[in-house]
Formats: sequence, structure tokens, C-alpha cells
Amino acid sequence: MSTFEVHPVQEHLLEVKDLTTRFYTEEGVVYAVSGVSYIMDEGDTLGVVGESGCGKSVHALTMMRLIPIPPGKIESGEVLLQGRDLLKISEEEMRHVRGAQIAMIFQDPMTSLNPVLTVGYQITEALKLHQGMNERESQDRATELLDLVGIPEARQRLDDYPHQFSGGMRQRGMIAMALSCNPEILIADEPTTALDVTIQAQIIELVKRLRDKLGMAIIWITHDLGVIAGLAQRVNVMYAGRLIETGSVKMIYGTPHHPYTVGLLGSLPKIHREPGSKLYSISGEPPDLIGVSVGCPFMPRCTYAVERCREELPELELYETGHFVACWEKEKVSKLQ
Amino acid sequence: MLGKREGEQTAMSEENEVILRVEHLKKYFPIRRGVFRKVVGWVKAVDDISFNVYSGETIGLVGESGCGKTTTGRTIIRLYEPTEGKVSFQGVDLATISGRQLRQTRRKIQMVFQDPYASLNPRMSIMRIIGEPLEIYGVANGKEKKEHVSHLMHLVGLNPAVMNRYPHEFSGGQRQRIGLARSLALNPDMIICDEPISALDVSIQAQVINLMEELQEKLGLTYIFIAHDLSMVRHISRRVAVMYLGKIVELTDRETLYDKPLHPYSQALLSAIPVPDPIVEEQRQRIILEGDLPSPANPPVGCNFNTRCPRAIDICLEAEPDFVEVAPDHYCACYLVKSNG
Repeated sequence: MSTFEVHPVQEHLLEVKDLTTRFYTEEGVVYAVSGVSYIMDEGDTLGVVGESGCGKSVHALTMMRLIPIPPGKIESGEVLLQGRDLLKISEEEMRHVRGAQIAMIFQDPMTSLNPVLTVGYQITEALKLHQGMNERESQDRATELLDLVGIPEARQRLDDYPHQFSGGMRQRGMIAMALSCNPEILIADEPTTALDVTIQAQIIELVKRLRDKLGMAIIWITHDLGVIAGLAQRVNVMYAGRLIETGSVKMIYGTPHHPYTVGLLGSLPKIHREPGSKLYSISGEPPDLIGVSVGCPFMPRCTYAVERCREELPELELYETGHFVACWEKEKVSKLQ
Repeated sequence: MLGKREGEQTAMSEENEVILRVEHLKKYFPIRRGVFRKVVGWVKAVDDISFNVYSGETIGLVGESGCGKTTTGRTIIRLYEPTEGKVSFQGVDLATISGRQLRQTRRKIQMVFQDPYASLNPRMSIMRIIGEPLEIYGVANGKEKKEHVSHLMHLVGLNPAVMNRYPHEFSGGQRQRIGLARSLALNPDMIICDEPISALDVSIQAQVINLMEELQEKLGLTYIFIAHDLSMVRHISRRVAVMYLGKIVELTDRETLYDKPLHPYSQALLSAIPVPDPIVEEQRQRIILEGDLPSPANPPVGCNFNTRCPRAIDICLEAEPDFVEVAPDHYCACYLVKSNG
């Protein structure tokens, strides 16, 4: 780095710092996301994995400022998109960011598509709004987009209503909508969970192709460790609202060092089963997130736990270059054989 | 064609006893239209399938949504009346018996459902849920019932002390254990498990699968394991049947199916499973199927996979391939697969 630079700050595409979201419910305070920080650069594909209730979706919705307030509250943190904090800008500006800079697709396309409007209307709406296109231009662009995501006879299909599309086609339609304004980041929240495996394979191929063609960064949220392995470069593992391990895919799958990651990978069925072998299973259940917990949230289920885990919360610490683990015993933890 | 299928499923090995024999089973649902609810067509949910289940084994039934795997399970146990075909369980034809005889046979086949939230009555305590079958069949009452229930809860790894609680107080994994305990109440020989782990978190799935295997070993149960998660099916099943649009397209033992699938649909389905290993994923060649599943109300003429099959030839568009034994204990319905036996 040049010595003449006064502020040698490298600007990242996305920098999430200490993001904390809570929900104030009648049952108590839900600590949904606690102190999540990470960085993404252009063209990165980040996988976010974890089980239900681990905060993976809420963290994305917080970035998009889509959580209902109240009961939700963003307690702290910054979401820097090219240096600009999304949590500080006006709702008006945020509306422009959504769709134009960060787009999001969801698990169930049927709930995100309006059933009484044609697919074409829903795609062109964003184009007219964000890009100031007229009817004709937006129609052409929408056709191009449907074509891009592999929907045959795109022009005619613009007049269809969502129910006339199959599940896989709806998800393609959603992707087309998400891409309509050339976003820099696409957040995909379990986009293939509701789909059959052969259709899931189609959608993943499509997203890979589009990523390489359009160069956008992707945050892919899922509980399926298999999907991420073939798609992402980096993986964030979340547990109880916290980021507990992050590293390149090869590190996370090859040499995981958090007992939860190790257990999660171990509980997946192997390709070749030894006769009589059992699946590894993590004992107990994920914690509910009501109320503050002291110590490591994984401690009650952890086979490596020591006294310190009960009292002190481990922070995400460097294990090796590019690999961070939040565990006091990380040196001792290794992948199951 | 029908004649040819008769007796084609010879026992895979003599010492194995056939517990369930499904022959040419069909289940069509009527499509009704208009004021008079006139039948205008049929959804062929299960269309002429045959297979045997051997005592003590786990047979996997896999396929995508709408392939008829759930309907198959429900028709076997006669939650749906079969349209045609025969289901014999321990020599008794389930499709024709009624009344008392049906009740007595049914207690030997139980079912575990996908959604542990929907399949347990929220107004009943765990004690009543698990104990209900005991009461209905007059097996046990009062104190004896309570003992029975507590034994069953113990068996599935639940603390009997919680038997007076209600389903909402339990997590998904625990509810599935409750469902299992209920299914075991009448000492069944066979359990049909319809997507028993699909609604559970990954770390809980392994717990339930291990429990099911333990119970199988302890009690000598036979499982029909219906699922769309192919890697879990591979883990638990001894033999696997792949279904597509109401038909079984391939049936063989686990190793053969996963190592050398013959039917183009099995091949595509298996290649579509994501493998949790980035190094394997990098080198993998996927068969990406074009298009979507056709509607079972209007299946394609000929082989019903021909609209998506990457290898379809002329004959596939004209006539339906027979489901034949292409190698010992390996059945497949495809013109491209030549018998080597």
C-alpha cells in the first residue's frame, strides 16, 4: 500500500459490522442476531448456513431493513454498501437500494408474487420505477430477462399470471425480477428449499451462469450444506444468532474447527456407509433465543465443552488466514472421520 | 403385458420372507367439473406398480413431489381405496377385506407422518395420544395403559415424566418421537414412514434416523421409507424404488442403484443431489433435466419420462416400456436398458 495515502482504507462492496437485531415480544426479548460482522467483495459468493432460528434470514432482512419495527429493533451495527451505511439512510433512499443495488429472492415464490397481477406487470413495474423506462422499453427488457432465466416463449409468458407458472418457473420469474435492475448483490434466502431436486439443480446452474455472466455478488442462505459446497467460495456458519465460524468452502468442509460445524457435517449421511455404522448426531436441541445467555450458546450440546465455555462467550478469532472460529477449544476440535 | 409381469418378482433370496406384496396397484383420483360434478378425467397418482417388501428390511420409495410416493403409502394401508390391484400383507389381501378383519390387520401396519405439528392433536396430552390406540383395540386401560405408555416413551427416548404435557410443549424432533411411540403402541410389524424427517432440522434428523434404526433392530420392524431426500434414503434403505409420475421406474438394492443407476431418470435424480464436499462438487458432471414434471392428469403417451429424457428414442414416444428384471433383483422400465440375464 502506498505510503502517500492518508487513509489506507480499502473499500469493500459490503461490510457488515456488529449487526444486532432483537425482537421485543410478549414472551420476552428474542436475541435473533447478535454481533454479526463480515466483508464481501465484488463477485463473491457467500453461503450462510444454519438451522431454523439461527438468525440467518433475520440478518439478511435486517440488512434490507425489512424486519417489522416494532416488535423488531436493530440494536446496533453498520451495513456499509460501498462505504454507505444502509442503516442510516432515509427510507426513500433505501427503497432505491432495494432492487436496484441489492435484490432478494425468497423460498416461496408464490408468496412473493402478487397472484392478481401478470408476471409481466410485476417485472416491468420495477423497471419503470427504478430505471424510468417507458412501457415499450420495459416490455422488451422483461422479455429479455425471462429469456435470460430460461423461460421459453418469454414474450407470451409475460401475460401469464403466477399460478400459470410451475414452481421452478416461478422461482425463475423471481430471479428475473431480482435481476431486472442489475443489482450488485443478490440475496437468496433458501430459494430452492421448496423445489424438487431436479428443479433445484436447474436453478443452481442458472444462478451460477448468471453470476459468471453478470458478475454480481451472491449471499445464499440455506440449511442445506450440500447446495453451498458447489456454489459458494466462502461460508458463514451461524448458530443461535451468532456467526460461529467463517472461512473458504474448502476450510469449512475440509478442516472445520467449531464443534457445531463438525457435528453438522458429521450428521449428514455418507456416500458409502460402513455396515452397522450410525449417523453422528448432535445431542439436544437448538436453544430458544429468548433472554440473554451467558457463555457459549452451543455449550449445552458440545462434546468439547470446558468450564470456561459456561462463563465466557467466545468471540470470532483468527484460526488461520481467512478462517475464523468462535470457540475456546478450537485447536482441539477436528473433523469426524 | 400384464401377463408378463405376473410372478416376475421372484424372491430376492429364499430365506427372506415376503411381508408385503403389491401387485399392479392403481389409484386414480377423479377430476370433477360442472354442476353435476361429472367426472371429466382421472389423475393417475399411482399407475400400475408392483413390488415386494421383505420382512425386516427397509425399502426406500423416492421421487419428486407428485410422483405418487405418498399415495402409494396411503393406498397400501387403505387410507385411500385402491382403484385396482392387490396388496397382500402376510398373505391377507388388504384391498378386499373389511370390518373386523381390516381392523385386525391394520394394527400390524402403522404410519408415521411428515409434519409432526399437524399429525398430533393439540388438545390431547401425550399420554392420550400414545395411549389412544391401546384403548381403541382394547389392549390396555387405566394403570396398565399408563405403564404401556411410559414403556413406549422410554423406548423412543422421551422421559415418561412428561406424559401429561401437550404437543405444543415439544420441539419438532420430540414430536416425531411421540409419533413413533404412538405408531409402536400396537406392536406393528411394518411402519410406513412418510417423509418422517423432512420437517426437522439437520442436527435433529440424524437423531431420529438413528432412533428408527435402533427400533428396527430391537423390534424387528419392516419400514417403507418414503422420502425425497435421496442421501438419507441411501443411508437407511436396503433396497430403493424410484418413482416417476405414478410409476416405479427402477427398483434395486441401494449399492447398485446409487453406484450404477440404469434408468435415465434415476441417473438424473442422483446426479442432482448436492454433495456436501466442495472438492467432489468441483469435478461433478450434472445431468440437468429440462422442463418440469408433466401433470399426472395428462401424462405423456408412451414412456411417461419421454418429455424430459435426454436419451429418448422413437419407441419411447409410442409405447410404455415394461418394468422388467434386467439383472438379478434389479428391475427397470426403460427401452434403453438391455437385460443381461
